Amino acid sequence: MHDLGSLTPLGGKTSKTDQIGAIGITEVTTTALASVSCRMGKAQAFATAATALFGGPLPGPGQSTKGDPYGVIWTGPEQWFAEAPFDSHEDIAKTLKAGLGDTASVTEQTDGWVRFDVSGATVVDLLERLCPVPARQMQTGAATRTVVEHMGCLVICRAAGAQFSILAPRSYAASLHHALVTAARSIA
Amino acid sequence: MSQTNRIAGGLIDRSQTLNFSFDGKTYQGHAGDTLASALIANGVRLMGRSFKYHRPRGPLTAGSEEPNALVELRSGARQEPNTRATVAELFDGLTARSQNHVGPLSFDLLAVNDLLSPFFAAGFYYKTFMWPKAFWEKLYEPIIRRAAGLGSLTMQADPDTYDKGFLHCDVLIIGAGPAGLAAALTAGRAGAEVILADEDFLLGGRLNSETLALGDQTGAEWARTTLAELASLPNVRIMARTTVIGAFDHGIYGALERVSDHLPEPLPGKPRQTLWRIYARRSLLCAGATERPIAFENNDRPGIMLGGALRSYANRWAAVPGEKVAIFTNNDDGHRTAADLIAKGVKVTAVIDSRADAPRIADCELLAGAVVTGSTGRLGLRFVKTRTADGRERMIECQALGVSGGWNPNVHLTCHQRGRPQWNAALAAFVPGGTLPPGMLVAGAANGVMSTAGALASGAEAAVATLADLGRKAKPADLPQAEDAPVQITPLFHVPGKGRAWVDQQNDVTVKDVKLAHQEGYISVEHLKRYTTLGMATDQGKTSNIGGLAVMAEMTGKSIPETGTTIFRPPYTPVPIAAFAGRSAGRDFRPTRLTPSHHWAAEQGAVFVEVGMWLRAQWFPREGETTWRQSVDREVLATRKSVGICDVTTLGKIDVQGSDAADFLNRIYANPFAKLPVGKVRYGLMLREDGMVMDDGTTARLAEDHFVLTTTTANAVGVYRHMEFCRQCLWPDMDVQIISTTEAWAQYSVAGPNARKLLQKIVDPAFDISNEAFPYMGCGDITVCGGLRARLFRISFSGELAFEIAVPTRYGDALMRRMVEAGREFDAVVYGTEALGVMRIEKGHAAGNELNGTTTALNLGMGGMVNKKKDSIGSTLSEREGMNRADALNLVGFRPVNPADTFAAGSHLIARDAVANAANDQGYLTSVAFSPNLGHTIGLGLLKNGAARKGEVLRAVNPVQNSETLVEVVSAHFIDPEGDRLRA
Amino acid sequence: MIINHPLLGPRDSQEFTYLGDANLIDRPDWQAEDAVDQFHDYLYLRNNPAGAHRELWFHEQGDRSWLVVTRDTRTHEITAVELARDVARAKGRSK
Repeated sequence: MHDLGSLTPLGGKTSKTDQIGAIGITEVTTTALASVSCRMGKAQAFATAATALFGGPLPGPGQSTKGDPYGVIWTGPEQWFAEAPFDSHEDIAKTLKAGLGDTASVTEQTDGWVRFDVSGATVVDLLERLCPVPARQMQTGAATRTVVEHMGCLVICRAAGAQFSILAPRSYAASLHHALVTAARSIA
Repeated sequence: MSQTNRIAGGLIDRSQTLNFSFDGKTYQGHAGDTLASALIANGVRLMGRSFKYHRPRGPLTAGSEEPNALVELRSGARQEPNTRATVAELFDGLTARSQNHVGPLSFDLLAVNDLLSPFFAAGFYYKTFMWPKAFWEKLYEPIIRRAAGLGSLTMQADPDTYDKGFLHCDVLIIGAGPAGLAAALTAGRAGAEVILADEDFLLGGRLNSETLALGDQTGAEWARTTLAELASLPNVRIMARTTVIGAFDHGIYGALERVSDHLPEPLPGKPRQTLWRIYARRSLLCAGATERPIAFENNDRPGIMLGGALRSYANRWAAVPGEKVAIFTNNDDGHRTAADLIAKGVKVTAVIDSRADAPRIADCELLAGAVVTGSTGRLGLRFVKTRTADGRERMIECQALGVSGGWNPNVHLTCHQRGRPQWNAALAAFVPGGTLPPGMLVAGAANGVMSTAGALASGAEAAVATLADLGRKAKPADLPQAEDAPVQITPLFHVPGKGRAWVDQQNDVTVKDVKLAHQEGYISVEHLKRYTTLGMATDQGKTSNIGGLAVMAEMTGKSIPETGTTIFRPPYTPVPIAAFAGRSAGRDFRPTRLTPSHHWAAEQGAVFVEVGMWLRAQWFPREGETTWRQSVDREVLATRKSVGICDVTTLGKIDVQGSDAADFLNRIYANPFAKLPVGKVRYGLMLREDGMVMDDGTTARLAEDHFVLTTTTANAVGVYRHMEFCRQCLWPDMDVQIISTTEAWAQYSVAGPNARKLLQKIVDPAFDISNEAFPYMGCGDITVCGGLRARLFRISFSGELAFEIAVPTRYGDALMRRMVEAGREFDAVVYGTEALGVMRIEKGHAAGNELNGTTTALNLGMGGMVNKKKDSIGSTLSEREGMNRADALNLVGFRPVNPADTFAAGSHLIARDAVANAANDQGYLTSVAFSPNLGHTIGLGLLKNGAARKGEVLRAVNPVQNSETLVEVVSAHFIDPEGDRLRA
Repeated sequence: MIINHPLLGPRDSQEFTYLGDANLIDRPDWQAEDAVDQFHDYLYLRNNPAGAHRELWFHEQGDRSWLVVTRDTRTHEITAVELARDVARAKGRSK
């Protein structure tokens, strides 16, 4: 085993948590992430392999599915992100590639992103101050990319009206955190 | 004496007394007051001086259309000029000052302008201050700016924050008067997602200003009951203090919510204002109507206001501007003001109605067929001069005159997408025209339905129609019985006379000015507006545009609709720039991106530089170093002597996979990639289709069908977009998948003769990185530090033996610390972007300064790389004759003839004996640095036919700094031209 | 503006990057006799209609689809939105 320590996207040894009024903001570092793209002309074989690997059909545009261990998020035409617990799936890309073979291109994304989970009774009010997607109408599982304060983000509805994940490219971690905290204070 | 002009009743909360000050004097008002209503209640009519002539002015209106009563609100950094006293909600401790006067408000020294008025007529700027030309900027303009203008800025930073937000709804209802409330009730009960927005802090619109009954309730009571029901519906969002400022494309509306304007200062963490972007599937405009004045001589005296405003002050705010009041009207509504005031016990001296057949409605003297021809009273109204039906002049005593020239529907938002209002002769007003913004319906007075019953019914009907359009069934809300009087009006816009009659009080435009504009040929409405400034500034002519049009129509002999109307544009009322900026202010203007070694670098005291949104370490000062050059020279020398480490994570990294990946790269790069072996890296030159260089970088082949390419930091986003364009639009069936992987890996360059030795302490021993096993331009998956997966590339930007090593980003900080530790025995340094730049200039590598969008492969000495045996973006057009001239610019090096001399990037290259002008321009220097290895300044530059001119001496001319230096043309490769070091 | 994305439904145009005339899909054959002329026209000659205009938009802050949007340049009315990849294929483009 290697002996290098890791930092969270915000630069801490452990993930940061904030509670501001009704809003909880948690830096989530326990998820491994990889992109999966269907190879041209292999749609059928890919769907079969993916269904077997993920334990269910792939989500359609704007949707995500939650399975064990994999959650799958639609991110673009013929492209998905798969997420799984980091501890068991640190090398997620290799595992997925083994399962999907030449039906898919797989790219590691785990450390490419910072993920904040926001929750609380007023979480929709928070999102209304951050991004143009209709958070109030998003059902559990809805997932979409959009802009938050000039940052391209992935917004996933984990529990309708109650809990969302916001993912941004990792280097934006401090700026996104600042945006979330500021918005939370403004509705507190 | 306190609140001398306060009468009984009203919708103010008398249990809450609020102290405030105006021009240093303290007064008291009540919760529910505006600054204007509280001042009126305290007997203050004079609230400011006019823009041009410094005439004494008081409020004309009781709403956001106010042209006159503009004040400076608050003090210190929060001081805000040009705030309309008529909408400024009173709070305890409010301070306000009048504007635009020298000396006290009651004796403004600049009132002399009023006596000089013949010189200040429309267009006076253009005529008076033309010559001599040079005087304009230095003399005329500063004087005019000081004399005119209104409030003043604090010159301090705004301490408050401003939010932005996004809302979605089925129906946006704009205005919460009778029509808006009936619509909201109908749509809300039907379950639609409704937003009801109103600019006022007390919702209900005119219902709060009228005494008309709705069933067995007063209008205000019905509004309160209705709002209570709406508030209980989870699908209805009520937004008070929120002005919908514009109707934009495809159902997007802008709305400004004044979250904290009614408080002394925002509560902690709260914004002052929020600018909402509302996505509405449908909208209902229920914005009501605005009363317009009738112009007559000296119609701008404090105390003269709109009839409806007088009614609002009396009914809603229990304030009257004087003991005796007169009314001047051309329609029945004016009489209602008289009746309401009489019912409140106010003495109404006369109703002057221009119509000979005026009805007798109020219990007071009626002068039918009479007009007001003038007024007296230095700082406030004392008498109005009238001409009665029989032509006699009669003075009538009054401290307030309510003027009613009819009501204009608030059509503004219907015109924001090129809609044009239509003239309705019965109302003598413009009503919404045929082309409304898609998805909008208009109800109530905004649509010309002027009665209360009509407004209620049309609001409910519009809601039903809108919901039907959305596929929802709704039934109109049950509505109370209400007044349903028809509009009776005989248009009258101004009373002819010799003196000055004000059409636009905010811009001091008189009837005469409009006539002058006509005389001088400015007859188009748009020209009239710009020549006279009629309808400009904070009120945007809400009370003056139609009057101006009417006068112009009279002059041209055309009808008002033939004369036209100016275009209404957003915003409906003024919006602070700060609200548009939202949170994107100061350091938060844009996000910041941090590299994996940022926290380590900050600990080291690194100096950072912004590169796009990235913050990169520029250099790492050490103790004793006093200038940046000392740090940079040390970093360069140490790297070339032993080894240096640099964070290069910011370079764009794009993962390219698929069975056609190699072919795809072959087409987006000018040079070939198909035969690049697995485990190798190749430099790639990317062209735009026009043959100019777009970007460059290295591409590593990790597997037969798997590449990872790098882009420059600056072009990462653009290159990715371009690649998606090629993949989706040009070659849609290629089996190639791309995704950015920039931030998934922390990537460090390790460069210098001892780079391998250092890395051998990091890379696990199972991986042989000797020159034989891992030669120049090799790459591969490795593990480091006892098993962490990593990638290693043997590439060099500095010209030294160099590697780039990448690990998952979370371990980047630890790897940096480990490498610094491992490098201690070699005196390793960590270097920043400045040293990186020096080394690449020493090596003659092109970077952003050279890839500047105007250079071709040929210019950069890479013309041979453009492969003609394959199709690639830009290859065809780079064959054009003009891009292949014999005297084309070539990238070459420059050194000073006298080693002690320096020169600057951007300098132009001129022959020794030629005049330094554009005609003699031979090229320019793109990158310049001091080379600590050579001990003098070096430069890269683009020189005509430069490749053949080595040894020639030219002048590097810098007209900006007024300097020039003799330079010699040399090879661009100052260090190790043969490349022995990087292959070591 | 709002662009009705064929896969994702209505989206704010803030999420998109604009490129221009959809004719940029029609990249000429590099081996044609008059390839330089064809590329010149392809790159530099654009229609600028007052009316319906087919243009390329990139959903940069979204699913990274290139779209062909038919927009009336006078009114901003959008009458059709298609995936550019489908348009390219319909025009006979392949590999």
